This record gives sequence, structure tokens and C-alpha cells, in this order.
Amino acid sequence: MALHKQNGVRIAGISACVPKEVRYNKDIEFLSEKEKKLLIKTTGIAERRYAEEGICTSDLCEKAANSLIEKKGWKKEEIKLLVFVSQSPDYFLPATSIILQDKLGLKNDCVAFDICLGCSGYVYGLSVAMAMMKSMSIQKGLLLVGEVSSQGVMKLDKTTVPLFGDAGTATLLELTSSFTNESFYSLKSDGSGHDAIIMREGSGRTKSRPNKEFNEEDKYLKLDGQKVFDFTLKEVAPNIKSVLAFANTDVSEVDFFIWHQANKLINETIRRKLGIEKQKVLYSIQKYGNTSSASIPLTIVECLDSSTFQNETKKCVLSGFGVGLSWGSVLLNLSNTIIHPIIEFG
Amino acid sequence: MNLNNFIEKLREEFEDEIESHLIQPNTKIKDLEDWGSMYALIVIAMVDIEYDVTITGVELSKCETPEDIFDLVCNKVTA
Repeated sequence: MALHKQNGVRIAGISACVPKEVRYNKDIEFLSEKEKKLLIKTTGIAERRYAEEGICTSDLCEKAANSLIEKKGWKKEEIKLLVFVSQSPDYFLPATSIILQDKLGLKNDCVAFDICLGCSGYVYGLSVAMAMMKSMSIQKGLLLVGEVSSQGVMKLDKTTVPLFGDAGTATLLELTSSFTNESFYSLKSDGSGHDAIIMREGSGRTKSRPNKEFNEEDKYLKLDGQKVFDFTLKEVAPNIKSVLAFANTDVSEVDFFIWHQANKLINETIRRKLGIEKQKVLYSIQKYGNTSSASIPLTIVECLDSSTFQNETKKCVLSGFGVGLSWGSVLLNLSNTIIHPIIEFG
Repeated sequence: MNLNNFIEKLREEFEDEIESHLIQPNTKIKDLEDWGSMYALIVIAMVDIEYDVTITGVELSKCETPEDIFDLVCNKVTA
């Protein structure tokens, strides 16, 4: 069911880890000065973080998780759920979440599994983790969400190189008896647009192709920007509206809107369509680019700190949209949520 | 809706990229220097916000001039 309500689980803390290496769009040699200026103005992306070969999403998530768990003072043996959301896992198999269970020093009675989603992944991950914790009475859970996209883009591809950055995040979830922790979700999918963002090579579908059909470009991420833009303008604002209507909440009652950071032009168009004040829509895209599933928690960590939520409840609308096509929004309350400052890797 | 206002809005959107006198109702869009996909996104976003209708990339690609885009928007608004 697309629309659903959950309660009894709160977000206790959020952290994000990014690679140290910064790449600037103004320095891209295969773009003209005019192209770079227009690109930075339209997408909002001035710089991105780049994970050198050998750094995996799980490395960034592991560091984000360890720092946050320590800051929050949780004991590792208390964490009984680990959900890892990414489309850049360590291996085809086994699931990266299980490797992380061991690396993080969590006990064997911790439920661990992966969710293979991109830009919508944080909202989906929250929904799945919260529902499992509630139904299984799991007191403490860990949601690790991230992407190392920069290694999957073709070197001179104007449509992807300037956009994607790398990041890993950690979110601590806690079962609570408080009924104020209601969250309202709308999750949706449309596989007819699956080729709008796709990486074909190496998969089951392409393995059996005759050699003559092999295309070097298929090894890399392919993005049909126009198709994604059309989809986003059509679906995201109504999705957010449906969540607000479901929660009987007016747009003016929301404190922060934190959306996937794909393109500033897209987010500003959605903001203006919904009549939201400028300062309520948060951005990290200028510094980190499009970090896929990590972009929502990364934006929270970049723009807010623990004091924002200290003894205060803030209504937030999170919305993720993209590869799949898959999209989803959630209205939730954040209170006493610990925000760990951005961590650098390497 | 007024064609002159629409042309003015286009000129405002592209004030840093295209000299305003180059944007006329009958300008061949694809003849504009550097016209590309990013420009198309800007036009679609502007139309969505200003006229509350969504035109797609495919629909826009069939337009040859700003006047064609204006007609497309008018048809959508009155539909």
C-alpha cells in the first residue's frame, strides 16, 4: 500500500561520512567555460566528494556508524537490526549488511539485510526498518545508507561526471512508547521508466547477449536527464501533497523539507509549486552533488545540528526520487535527535 | 496569456546566457548558440512555475520557435 502510517519508532541520531578528496566542477577540462557556468547555475553543484578506488560505500557507512554510536553512547550488543541501502555494494554477494554486522562488532542475533535502491532509498529504508522494529519489538536499529557513484560514471560523460558525489550515512532508530512519533509515508514505483537511469553491463539480463552487442558505455551509469526531469516534475509535488493530506497537515506547519539532491532547478521548481518558503527547503547539493540515497541524511547533517532538535519537535518532510523509477515521501517528527558533524574519510 | 509576456519571461530566464534581442517569437531555437538539454530544463521549469502546466521534453523538442512553445503552453492551459 502506497500510503501508510507508522508510530513508535524515533530517529535517535544521524551522521554522514564523505571522502576527503574534493572535485570542483569549475575544473572539469572537457566542458567549456560557458557550459560549466550554466551547469553550476542550473544544478547548483559546485563541488563533489570523490572516493578513490578501493573506498567502498560500506567503508564510509562504517565510519559514520561507529562515530555516531560512540557519540550516542549505545552498546553495540543492543543493536538488533542493520539495514544497508545502496546500489554500490561490496560484492554481488554476499549482502554488504552482513559484512558490516561483523565489521561493526554487532552480535549474531542482529537481523541484517540489504535494500537495493538509489535516490528513494532513505525513505524506503526508514519505512522498512521502522515497521520491522515495531512488529518484532526491536529496541535499537541501524540504517546505513550510501553510495559510491563516482566510480561508476564514464570518464568524459558530461551528463554524469559533474553530478555525482560519494557519501555514506548512519541513522540510529529507537523504539519508543511515545505516540508523538507518528510518521506518514507514501511509497511509489514505476518500472516503465527503468532505463532512465541504468547501468547495464555485468547483470543477468545482459550476460547472455552475443558479443557483437557489447557496448563499452553499458559498463557505466547512463542517465537520461530529460526523462528524469519530466518524471520528477510530474510525480514529486503530488506525492508530497498526498502525504500532507494523509497526515492532515498544512504545508505551512512543516519546519523543514529535506529532499533528494539531484538538481537545484528541480527542487526549486517543486518548492515554488508547493508554495514553500525558501529557508525551509534545505540544500547540500552545492558542496556534495548528487549522492543518491545518502543525499537526505547528508543534507540534514550539513544544514542542521543537535541544537535544532534539543527539547523541540520539528516536523520534517523527506522525499526521495529517481532511479527505478522509484519515489517516496515521509512526514515525521524529529526531536532530541543527535546530529553528528560531517566526518571525512581518508 | 500573452506572447510578449512569454518572450519577456524567456529573456529573463536566459539573461546570463543569451542576448535578449536574439529571443524573438520566430527565433529558431536550435540555431541559438549552445542551445542544449540544460536550456530545455530551464524552459520546462519556468513554464511549470509561471503557468502551472507541465510540458515534457518530447513535447518541447517538437517546438521550433518560442511562439511554438507559447502555443503548446496555451493549449495545455485551456485543455
